[in-house]
Amino acid sequence: MSYEITNIKFNSYLEKWSRDYEIYGPVKISAGGRFSDTDNIRYEKIKKVEDIEYKEKSIFSAKEVLFPVTETLFNIQEEQLNEPVYDKKKYLVFLRACDIHAIDRIDYIFLKNGIYTDPYYKRRREAIKYILIGCKESFENCFCASMGTNKTDNYSMGIKFFDDKVHIEAKDPIFQEEFKEEIEIEFTPDYVLENYYNVTIPSVEKLDFSLFNDEMWKDYAMRCISCGRCNFSCPTCSCFTTSDIYYKENPNNGERRRVWAGCQVDKFTDMAGGHSFRTDYGSRMRFKTMHKVYDFKKRFGEIMCVGCGRCDDRCPEYISFARCINLVSEKVNEDHEEVK
Amino acid sequence: MNPYMTYPAKIKKITKHTDIDYTFFIEKIMDVKGGQFIQVSVPKFGEVPISISDYNDELIELTIRKVGRVTDAIFNKNVGDNLHIRGPYGNNFDPEIYFGKDLIMVTGGTGLAPVKSIINYFHKHLDKLNSFKLISGFKSSKDILFKESFEKWEKNMDVCLTIDTPEEGWTGNTGFVTEHVSKLDLSNIDNVGVIMVGPPPMMKFTGMELSKLGIKDEQIWVSFERKMSCGIGKCGHCKIDETYICLEGPVFRYDKTVKLID
Repeated sequence: MSYEITNIKFNSYLEKWSRDYEIYGPVKISAGGRFSDTDNIRYEKIKKVEDIEYKEKSIFSAKEVLFPVTETLFNIQEEQLNEPVYDKKKYLVFLRACDIHAIDRIDYIFLKNGIYTDPYYKRRREAIKYILIGCKESFENCFCASMGTNKTDNYSMGIKFFDDKVHIEAKDPIFQEEFKEEIEIEFTPDYVLENYYNVTIPSVEKLDFSLFNDEMWKDYAMRCISCGRCNFSCPTCSCFTTSDIYYKENPNNGERRRVWAGCQVDKFTDMAGGHSFRTDYGSRMRFKTMHKVYDFKKRFGEIMCVGCGRCDDRCPEYISFARCINLVSEKVNEDHEEVK
Repeated sequence: MNPYMTYPAKIKKITKHTDIDYTFFIEKIMDVKGGQFIQVSVPKFGEVPISISDYNDELIELTIRKVGRVTDAIFNKNVGDNLHIRGPYGNNFDPEIYFGKDLIMVTGGTGLAPVKSIINYFHKHLDKLNSFKLISGFKSSKDILFKESFEKWEKNMDVCLTIDTPEEGWTGNTGFVTEHVSKLDLSNIDNVGVIMVGPPPMMKFTGMELSKLGIKDEQIWVSFERKMSCGIGKCGHCKIDETYICLEGPVFRYDKTVKLID
């Protein structure tokens, strides 16, 4: 069921829900960008609908709600490790279809890979409800239609923002109950059917190791500067590094934490004794590309990349990952024809 | 249960092999197998993956090289202190694969540690093999690990302990392990089983030498080493292609690893 609600009224709902939920949405942080006089848009707690930046694509994805940039795994007193104490709040997150699909991808790693589930991720994942932000038209660099992530049915509420009101679809009975006094309308969230750029996914069956030594990666070796912005803006990248700290003020106490890590960044493979792998940036690009469109699918059955295009938005060297996928597909098809 | 939680295990004994290679004997608070690894930590200093070099009913042996912040903290520990551990993780060497075979084991440097328990197993059960040849290489005589074990093994096993270059006072073998592999005289190639563990270049060139002798990749088993932060398939550091070294490894049959391009 769908409703039209004024911003003022919707804000009173948000205030009410904030008793049970931590409410997150994309927020514009003025001058918070990485270059001077640029803004950042990332996920933060919101109080009112006006806090939400819905006209632009967020720079960081919604994954940081579930998987924060830095997370304390244990507080350490002397030798004693203690799990942090959390409040029992649930999570309500405003996000787009691609980011909802991206969380499904990260689920494979944190909830399914190996015999253990990650308790930190799981705790939040089980308590999250989505408010789908519809996309009326594609942003620059998006290729969600090619990846099949432009649509989703997996949401509690779907929303469209206007200057002074929202249209909202409530699928979750809890929220339908909330809105029973509101004016009902016909509404479902927008989704795009096409983007400005289309991507052909290489066939996993046709791809083979000859591509690993292809000349195409040398081009990226020269262009990539290993900054890792592609990794950190990616909604499906979930690698992390664990390290311990002790407090300067009190060295008896400290923390074991994990921090986002990226395969494009130096030290990702460095081992004790000085051995490391993929020292040139082209082979890191190859490794990342293969993970996003090939080996993740071999392991879990789904293409990892969701086509949000944030890597292309963020790359300071104007490397297009979408173009890279197409190049791989062209090569794979080429090779295939030669086999015939 | 939180899989990242660690458990204190008391250090019972420390053997110093070199200035930077010690073996820590810790309380056996969990079941382990040769070839597996455990996450070893010093709270407030960090956590590192360490392969199990040997174990008995009471103790787990961890041979550790002092190379960084965490291992520095481990080396500051004394007998009676705790190391924190969680695991064990990964698969193990299965001795039964080699029953009745001519087993050749080739190790480079600290690569000896993860297979020491297997060597000791066959040292006790030599009758289960047709023959056993151990080729162990170290950079120099001062880098040699497990000297007492070598003395014990050499008594009834065919051991080739070699150092890379000749040294004054060294009367044993010299040269890279690959040289000694190339000199192997094998009568029944099909009955050979190989375990090789060592630094990446050593494994690559040993693999090539074995291939020259006519040994197939399917007859060779290796143990891989990669950076790991979690040991349980979450952190992503050790992934190669669709394989997680911490989950499907660290022990692999060599033909599988040929497809693991970093």
